[in-house]
Amino acid sequence: MSHVAAPPPPSARPAADARIGVVTFPGTLDDRDAARAVRLAGATPVSLWHADEDLHAVDAVVLPGGFSYGDYLRAGAISRFAPVMQSVVDAARGGMPVLGICNGFQILAEAHLLPGAMIKNDHRTFVCREQTLRVENIDTAWTHEFTRGEQITIPLKNQDGQFVADESTLDELEGEGRVVFRYVGWNPNGSRRDIAGITNAAGNVVGLMPHPEHAVEPGFGPDGPNGPRTGTDGLRFFTSALTALLHT
Amino acid sequence: MGRVVVDVMPKPEILDPQGKAVASALPRLGFTGFTGVRQGRRFELTVDGPVTDEVLANVREAAVTLLSNPVIEDVVRVAEMPEEADEGADA
Repeated sequence: MSHVAAPPPPSARPAADARIGVVTFPGTLDDRDAARAVRLAGATPVSLWHADEDLHAVDAVVLPGGFSYGDYLRAGAISRFAPVMQSVVDAARGGMPVLGICNGFQILAEAHLLPGAMIKNDHRTFVCREQTLRVENIDTAWTHEFTRGEQITIPLKNQDGQFVADESTLDELEGEGRVVFRYVGWNPNGSRRDIAGITNAAGNVVGLMPHPEHAVEPGFGPDGPNGPRTGTDGLRFFTSALTALLHT
Repeated sequence: MGRVVVDVMPKPEILDPQGKAVASALPRLGFTGFTGVRQGRRFELTVDGPVTDEVLANVREAAVTLLSNPVIEDVVRVAEMPEEADEGADA
């Protein structure tokens, strides 16, 4: 894990002291993978439960993918009002790093922590593929270990992945550099302006449809430059958050 | 028992993939001549007692808070459902 090899300065906290919460809603699927990604990055994963408003002193929160509350009503619409989300919204407004992956992104949009909304893919089918993204913003808590313009590959799997917002919101996102990831090669869901992920104005809240937590360990990720299933581009989301936490 | 109907539709400028899927299935079944289909949602909220102005105001707030997402959807109707229609629907 060369990304995390740099020795921490003496004043920094030990990495394992950084507690990153992973929320489980009824219907969440990727909470265990997200917790595993947190652990592989060197931080301590903390399970958070949708019905418990206590964030258990975590330093950051991941809202993982899945179909919380069965995606009834709209994806993320009911989760947004879960007790834990009231605390997550308050913490996010206070600057806590929050990452929403897929269903987690939908929840962040429904909670108005991020603008826009996700509707069904334009081709109307579920899509599951290894997706190339361009990293457009490296100033967020979750992306500062990337380089601007870098292309990364992580899995994408969704039915309601088409990011939509009105033109003025899209212009504002572009103007403020808040588009964090864009689809490269093929837009897999009809997302406006090929947007795969965005951030809030402060840069602590990031949401994206593709799944970094599925690309954190050689042998289990997407195909990479070193061979089949060697891709670990997703790990740097979590190491970015970890170093951000250890140096603040 | 009072009942309030809330209808929610995708905003006109938002592509409606579900409506498109229905639109493309219709001609295959011989239902031709339809130039478009848009699919929305209907909610029926029941209360003990009559549907008062207060109940309607409450429903309107719920409609824009939870039942719809104003980024992509419009609440196109909030209305009391007459008792007779209720019985007719159950018959």
